[in-house]
Amino acid sequence: MTMIDQDPLPPRASTSGTTATRATRLLGLATIMSMAWLVAFGLGFSPADRDQEEAVRILYVHVPTIWIAYLAFVVTALGSAIYLFGRNHSLGFDRLAGASAEIGVAFVAATLVVGSLWGRLTWGVFWRWDARLTTTALLFVSYIGYVAVRRLGGSHHQRARRSAVIGLLAVLEIPLVHWSVRLWRSLHQEATVLDPGGDIDMDGLMLFSLFVGVVSFTLLYVWLLMHRTRSMAMEDLLDEQGLDVALEARRAEASGR
Amino acid sequence: MPAHGTRIRSLALGGIRHVFSVAAERFGELCDVRLLPPAMDGNPRTVIELDDAVAVLGGFPALAGATLAVGAGEIVLLRGPNGAGKTSLLRLCAGLLPIVRGSGRVLGFDLATERDAIRPRVGLLGHSNGLYADLTVAENVGFWGSTVGATTGEIRAALERLGLAGRLADVRVRTLSAGQRRRTALACVVARRAELWLLDEPHAGLDADGRDELDAVLRQAAASGATIVVASHELERAGSLATRTVDVVAGQIAEQQ
Amino acid sequence: MKRRQIIQLIAAKDLRIERHSRVVANQILPFAGVTMVMFGFALDSSDVLERVAPGLVWLATLFSLLVLVQRTFAIETDDGALDALRVAGVDPVAIFWGKALALAVQLAVLEVVLLGAALVLYGAEMHVGGVLLLVTTLVAATCGLAAVGTLYGGLAAGFKGRETLLPLLVFPVVAPVLIGATRAVESALGTAGAAVSEGWPWVGLLAVFAVAFGVGGSLAFGPLVDE
Repeated sequence: MTMIDQDPLPPRASTSGTTATRATRLLGLATIMSMAWLVAFGLGFSPADRDQEEAVRILYVHVPTIWIAYLAFVVTALGSAIYLFGRNHSLGFDRLAGASAEIGVAFVAATLVVGSLWGRLTWGVFWRWDARLTTTALLFVSYIGYVAVRRLGGSHHQRARRSAVIGLLAVLEIPLVHWSVRLWRSLHQEATVLDPGGDIDMDGLMLFSLFVGVVSFTLLYVWLLMHRTRSMAMEDLLDEQGLDVALEARRAEASGR
Repeated sequence: MPAHGTRIRSLALGGIRHVFSVAAERFGELCDVRLLPPAMDGNPRTVIELDDAVAVLGGFPALAGATLAVGAGEIVLLRGPNGAGKTSLLRLCAGLLPIVRGSGRVLGFDLATERDAIRPRVGLLGHSNGLYADLTVAENVGFWGSTVGATTGEIRAALERLGLAGRLADVRVRTLSAGQRRRTALACVVARRAELWLLDEPHAGLDADGRDELDAVLRQAAASGATIVVASHELERAGSLATRTVDVVAGQIAEQQ
Repeated sequence: MKRRQIIQLIAAKDLRIERHSRVVANQILPFAGVTMVMFGFALDSSDVLERVAPGLVWLATLFSLLVLVQRTFAIETDDGALDALRVAGVDPVAIFWGKALALAVQLAVLEVVLLGAALVLYGAEMHVGGVLLLVTTLVAATCGLAAVGTLYGGLAAGFKGRETLLPLLVFPVVAPVLIGATRAVESALGTAGAAVSEGWPWVGLLAVFAVAFGVGGSLAFGPLVDE
């Protein structure tokens, strides 16, 4: 029956009781090395910016986190779509979507915090109501809602179907929110020294540091995703086993009479 | 020029088609064309087939492997202590509760995949009455009957059968007693003229007259070909009505006689 | 029964319930009115109030939307009617449109009252040139809000903590409506020198939103609400 979740865990993980396998260990190692590179280049080798001076170094973390967050939400949408419209309605894709969304929310939170620090250093304020920031804040709240919906309870397939629909709707909202906020802000032309919507002019080592940042955070994302999907699979397995135990107890009740 | 001509023509055709379809609808209503296709054939068939069905309520296995077969035209009494799973069994057969393990067919449709087809053909009277408190009795029965395309005549008949056609018809449900509400809910089920009736403690709250009326309604329904499953603690009364008694214990079917 | 008839049936049922119970008229409208008064206390300057009147109208609308949505589903879940609707095998798309239609009607009444309150309490002024823009904005915004409300209201209906889940889901989604409707009404009323012509792009946005969530909502409602 397709009702029952038969997606297996990777064999070694299910017997060892952890979610780590050789793949994740290698990946973890690669992430650490990449992060070390990032620290080296970001804090050391790359030069300070003309206008922003040392503050530009924050961007090597800030920009990758938001890009990875977008990636994470796209993965959530894809996982949701594959769950809903695929023939098998495989719960593995639902878990992928859920894990990716959770990580995405964490990355957006990091973006907002780090970004506000950058803003304080460069613009003098922690927050401004420009197009990009407002959209990011709304994105954050939207996906917190998605995570809340995942926790509503019910069977795994009920949870999966509900979250998949909400996940797809969230992706539908993003362009709407983006356009409306863009339109809103464009009607209030704000002249600033640093164009908050524009891209910072970077070259050479700075661009390379940014690239290292993107690579590091992507590796981090994939590592987190693998662990989180596996731990979700273990949670689901636990639920199934819990049901088995409950079934046995109830059947014993009947025959005990 | 030609483009305009064809446009006008297609608009006109569309308009004529619309008028035609509206007229056809009215004509169909006059001839009391039923919403649903008639039952498959006149041969006796199994209306409910459950094979080790498991259904879950908030993680708890309300049905822990129920196996049951009910043939067309039977009146089955479900007997069992509180918490045995009688309500869950009825809701499962109505297509409301999803089946988690095992398999089942109701009216020939699969419980795992074809619940949408089962629902319109079933009349469920649950613990709650499913009534709109601020509408009158007649408005409630009218609404629920209309959702399956019952005509005003059929709705009127349902009200009369349950003794609700007189003064009570225009009374708001909010002001009725529990027994009168139960009767209204029963009238809603009668108005549906379903093939399978699933009744959860229908006698509860009714006075002696109401109980007699209910028995008469059930006998009449069975005589016109409906299959009836009743969960009840009224063992004598329901027992005399039933062609068969089934014991439900701890989420399973214990014995059938 | 054709889908259209079921939609009419359900919408009529909801409006009939309101006519009998008068909950919107006696409780929700006054709530909205009180909110407008509270804004007046908090902001305390007639210049500021006149300037932000359109924004306050839509804020009050959104808060009242939450209450309206909870009410429209409370009548279903009170006595297990939502379950009964599912057992009746009523097409979920029809349920969505029926309830959204009834919600839209009640919301429209609410918005007109709030607009009136703004004209009275905040000294906003309406001029003839902006009436068409105003009406179109109201219609477009109402459709979008009703669709979103019905969709997420249906989801939250059966669950504990639905009172807090609903705002969390609804507010990020209706942000575009808040932005667009406020700007459009500002143009219609001529607040802070906004011209009527500036409002029409916003109406376009509202229309796109309404269509997107009308279609998306009707498709999503069934899977979301079904067990």
